[in-house]
Amino acid sequence: MIHLQHIERIFLVGDEEVHALSDVSMTASDGEYIAIMGPSGSGKSSLLNIIGLLDRPDSGSYELDGIKVSELEEEQQAEIRRHKIGFVFQFFHLVPRLTAFDNIALPLMLSGMKQEERQVRVTAALTAFGLGNRAGHRPDQLSGGQRQRVAIARATIMQPSVILADEPTGNLDRSSGVEVAEILEELNHQGITLIMVTHDPDLGRRARRQILMVDGRIENDK
Amino acid sequence: MQVNDFLRYTIYGVRAQRLRSFLTALGIGVGIGAVVLLTSLGEGLHHFVLAEFTQFGTNLIAINPGKVTTHGISGALVSNVRPLTIEDTESLKKLPQILDAVSVVQGNAAIEAGSHQRRTTIYGVDASASRVWRFGVAAGRFLPDDPPRAARSFAVLGSKVRQELFGSTQALGIRVRIGGELFRVIGSMESKGQLLGFDLDDAVYIPASKALALFNRESLMEIDLLHSTNSSSTVVAEKVRKVLVGRHGSEDFTITTQEKMLDVLGGVLGTLTIAVGALGGISLLVGGVGILTIMSIAVNERTGEIGLLRALGVGRNQILVLFLGEAVVLAAIGGLAGLGLGIGGSWFVTLLVPALPSHTSWGYVVSAELLAALVGLLAGVLPARRAARMHPVEALRTE
Repeated sequence: MIHLQHIERIFLVGDEEVHALSDVSMTASDGEYIAIMGPSGSGKSSLLNIIGLLDRPDSGSYELDGIKVSELEEEQQAEIRRHKIGFVFQFFHLVPRLTAFDNIALPLMLSGMKQEERQVRVTAALTAFGLGNRAGHRPDQLSGGQRQRVAIARATIMQPSVILADEPTGNLDRSSGVEVAEILEELNHQGITLIMVTHDPDLGRRARRQILMVDGRIENDK
Repeated sequence: MQVNDFLRYTIYGVRAQRLRSFLTALGIGVGIGAVVLLTSLGEGLHHFVLAEFTQFGTNLIAINPGKVTTHGISGALVSNVRPLTIEDTESLKKLPQILDAVSVVQGNAAIEAGSHQRRTTIYGVDASASRVWRFGVAAGRFLPDDPPRAARSFAVLGSKVRQELFGSTQALGIRVRIGGELFRVIGSMESKGQLLGFDLDDAVYIPASKALALFNRESLMEIDLLHSTNSSSTVVAEKVRKVLVGRHGSEDFTITTQEKMLDVLGGVLGTLTIAVGALGGISLLVGGVGILTIMSIAVNERTGEIGLLRALGVGRNQILVLFLGEAVVLAAIGGLAGLGLGIGGSWFVTLLVPALPSHTSWGYVVSAELLAALVGLLAGVLPARRAARMHPVEALRTE
């Protein structure tokens, strides 16, 4: 359950204040599938960053699964990100020197899970995402679709309750884009809340709920 | 995060840029190598000099006539100095802590044996000299324990004098002329080598009273005392001072304990070692700057990765630790290479110049490696802090 109330986010560009988000309120129930759409500069990425606890609102409150996360300290927010939120990025953000296996294992490793346990979980994830024979490949040896599948496997390996995807198909060709969208939707079917930022209308139409943003405000929510 | 995973992650980071990491580590390696090599040579010199000075034993006290005053003028220049005498030596021998005492007179004279003649140093000493100076007899015996004022005319030859005058022929029992007077050779000494220009092998040893007569002197040039190891040299020196002041009426002599001399010498040599080590430390500093530069570049290049780690729930502190760890690993690898370089180098120097002793002390080796890690840590602080302070959103935007 995500609950945002009167969120403001102001950036200083030179000596001019830019309202990236002004008075944004929204609620997303568990297991929802939301597409945030809008022209570039409309504040959709800013909204996603706030939901993902990568950025703090200047005012307003944010509650995630009953916790007032906007009032938490930096390190506590990191803890919440680690366990509840999975990110999928447009440019995949894989660590180039690590293999597909190690990239997927990264969150487990950082949280201190033992090697043997990691082995089991990552191997299962590799199989589930059709990467069974790519475990030892580094990102530069993988296709775009495979890279994004590795990134999604990494985002889900900690079994988060929310997946935040920022233009997940923006850097992929049509067919791999559809493939990635289907994988994300399959995860949503399993109960994970899926929030996706996109300006691709075809992708946006697949979501059950679409939020249209213009100039830092929610223009339309259906 | 588990320790082995932490190490694996940082080592992967170092390994990802092999050439760059190698060159950076090399900078630290050269620095550590220089520190180890220079301190090894310094320590070697230290050991060498101390060994030279302690070959006569360590419980020695030397008494010289005249007092060095705070005015900087030696008391020997003032005429009212009572000279040191053989009787002073005899009275000091009675002190319980004194094991042995030697009267020393030194001069130059010609020694003739048959057709050979040689000018050499003549030492007027007592029977106890070979014990006090730890000076072994090669053949025959040392001077006998005659009454000091009525010693017989015996002479003992240093190894070089014996070789020069007699070659391979028998020297024992032969009569020689020293400064015109007849002496009988009763022994010859083992080789002891040179010390600070004094050649104890190119010398002849005769009784002190004979030497006083030979050089027409009234007073001794030095009294050497050997004291027991149970009593501290300062305590003994104080007792000796009291006895001599009682005999002379005032303190017109100078007492030098070898312990004190070795302390001063050891202090000087220790400072020297640290000073050359510090010189090596300068190159270590340069290596540290190299790590600082490379880590700054690495943080720049890996901005995206830093953003990702933050998104995966890594806190600022853990980012700091990760990058500090990488700097330390880099420096420690360089340090290890430097240890090899330094130890190998000092071994090689000893091989090339055997006269130049080197002594690698493990204390320095361990502290050099710790120093390398510390340099890495300090050099890593700035870049790691920059990494930790990055805003995750901005870091992620960089690709």
